[in-house]
Amino acid sequence: MFRNVLNWIEDRTGIESAIHHFLYEDIPDSAGWHQVLGSVALFAFLTQAFTGILLAFNYAPTPGDAYDSLRYIVTQLTGGELIRGLHHWGASLMIIVVVLHMTQVFLWGAYKKPREATWLVGCILLLVTLAYGLTGYLLPWDNRAYWGTVVTTRIAAQAPGAGPYILRLLGSEGGAIGVVTFARFYAVHVLLLPPLTMLLIGIHLVLVRRHGVAPAADDFKPKKKFYPEQVFKDTVATFLWFAVLVVMAILVKVPLGRTADPTDTSFIPRPEWYFLFLFQTLKLFEGPLEIVGSLVLPTLAILALFATPFIDRAKMVRIRKRTVAISMVVLGAIGWAGLTARAVATTPPSTESANAGLTDVEAWRQIPPENLAAIGYFRRDNCGGCHVPGKSGAGPDLAAAPSQKPLDWLMQHFRQPSPSSPPTQLNGMQLRTLAVFVTKRDENDVEAWTSAPQAAVDGAMVYNTNQCAVCHMLNGSGNKVGPPLNGLGDRRARDWVQGHFADPAKFSPGSTMPSYKFSPRDLDAITSYLLQIPK
Amino acid sequence: METQSTSRRGFYSVFINGLGALIGAGLAVPAALYLLVKPRMKKTSDWVDAADLNTLQVGQPQEVVFRRSRVDGWRVENEKSTAWVVRMNAQDVVAYSPSCTHLGCAYHWDAQTKEFLCPCHTSIFSIDGKVLSGPAPRPLDRYLTRIDNGKLLISPTIQKS
Repeated sequence: MFRNVLNWIEDRTGIESAIHHFLYEDIPDSAGWHQVLGSVALFAFLTQAFTGILLAFNYAPTPGDAYDSLRYIVTQLTGGELIRGLHHWGASLMIIVVVLHMTQVFLWGAYKKPREATWLVGCILLLVTLAYGLTGYLLPWDNRAYWGTVVTTRIAAQAPGAGPYILRLLGSEGGAIGVVTFARFYAVHVLLLPPLTMLLIGIHLVLVRRHGVAPAADDFKPKKKFYPEQVFKDTVATFLWFAVLVVMAILVKVPLGRTADPTDTSFIPRPEWYFLFLFQTLKLFEGPLEIVGSLVLPTLAILALFATPFIDRAKMVRIRKRTVAISMVVLGAIGWAGLTARAVATTPPSTESANAGLTDVEAWRQIPPENLAAIGYFRRDNCGGCHVPGKSGAGPDLAAAPSQKPLDWLMQHFRQPSPSSPPTQLNGMQLRTLAVFVTKRDENDVEAWTSAPQAAVDGAMVYNTNQCAVCHMLNGSGNKVGPPLNGLGDRRARDWVQGHFADPAKFSPGSTMPSYKFSPRDLDAITSYLLQIPK
Repeated sequence: METQSTSRRGFYSVFINGLGALIGAGLAVPAALYLLVKPRMKKTSDWVDAADLNTLQVGQPQEVVFRRSRVDGWRVENEKSTAWVVRMNAQDVVAYSPSCTHLGCAYHWDAQTKEFLCPCHTSIFSIDGKVLSGPAPRPLDRYLTRIDNGKLLISPTIQKS
């Protein structure tokens, strides 16, 4: 029965004989472990396609939504972080295996007649692989993505004559990165490159079959079959590659910074590690020569790669005798490693934590300080005895809807909640803060109402009492007479902040801030609070 | 000689298929979890202020409009939503989800016949939500309600009846 079904399928489609034909291809007796890399590269591409499609199921490719949807994938979806890890590290590992594959072909001289066309298609595939890296880099739309792409497009703009047209093609008119650039990068990454890759891989494989796997120079033994020995070796190599990828995806967190901010002047962009050597080459040339490092040298290198089979036309020799090729690879590796190491060593520490976008920012860290202070007054005067946020109590549930009572009524109510209750301790400014809060609060405020730690609330009350907002901006509230205070913890140490309160002019000469003599408790509270508010 | 070669082939075949299966599982299991497990939702406060109690008359269903926060993937939408609200007596208020339990069409209150009527496939519900006729498989879905200081609060997540 089963045999009959198979026979029917074979008769109508020829699949079985096609597989047989594929598996029992003749390969040279000298074929072996050194020739597994092409199969691994093919598998790497398939893995990238698979994980890329999965990401696209939950990813919204516009600057307005890209970052939030990616954050949703990695923080709210089961396995989302793993899938993104597979895609991100898969890209790096794919570039490694593609370069190793090329190096092997180069070392063995397998590009020689009649396999020149296979080599040329391979060179295009290398460029396509790098183009994936370049376009994919923008898609998370965090600061790293944004600023990295700003630099990339500016380099392209330097191309003599063609610069402005390349910029226009990239949707980056005038050098700005916006919705059009984003759409172009995404379309190239998912619509243009994948079918192109499949076409090129197809041609590459047809050519490999046409000319056969390159034998060693001294291999005159009878041919062997692709299956099972070489298939086994390819499978083992593929499995090892995949195992490394899975371990990396599980253990190494893929960075996600804060959402792209074109006004951020402190972010230091760096390209992905495999482009660092180009970045460093660029730094070797200055002024009018810059274009040598940014465009001329890379272009010459690519041309040399394409021209390799036409420059080296000598007969195949054993790999041990290919001393020129070996020394070129060794020198290339040393040069690459040197430039990359130099680039890494000269990278200043980032002002933004690599995983800034992965940690959930609690509501109390985001709301204006006067709202957090209002929560403090609410708690201190035991308003929660009657008004329980989220439940019906003796008073209305203020978390369900903002109060619609007039401000005067509210302030009177706060002074003396009911005829029988004792008057509260709130002064005029505090009454007003609380009254504004219960009429204007939003979702974040409501969440902070029940979840803000008391220490932070205490700090916010000190902040509000001393009217810091008259000069300082914090969480979108206040003025910019003095420096904004968001992200203070990234800039200043605790001792500095505390010393600064007592004697501002000593710590920042020329400062017009008056000195504040807090009680030790208040000083502690306001310092801790300020240091915990993110950028 | 022949048997040795056959066992070698068997060894290769087992390894090729085994490693292939492991790779397949390594990709398929995360993909299945990623696509099939419910997303971890952000919690939003769900009680909303829908109406003043004294605007509702006993026995007269009223469609009330309120604003609610709804989690939609990576977004939290603040959107208009409606409910059919019936004040049963002085204290009890019932709020029905505005979609028919058959295929989700919007139904309305017919003041003449004093029934809820769905125009799509003519399901008819009584004022207490029970199915009177038509293809609807269950009574109208309800929202949780609460009276708080003369206000009707609604929690617009469906409680299947």
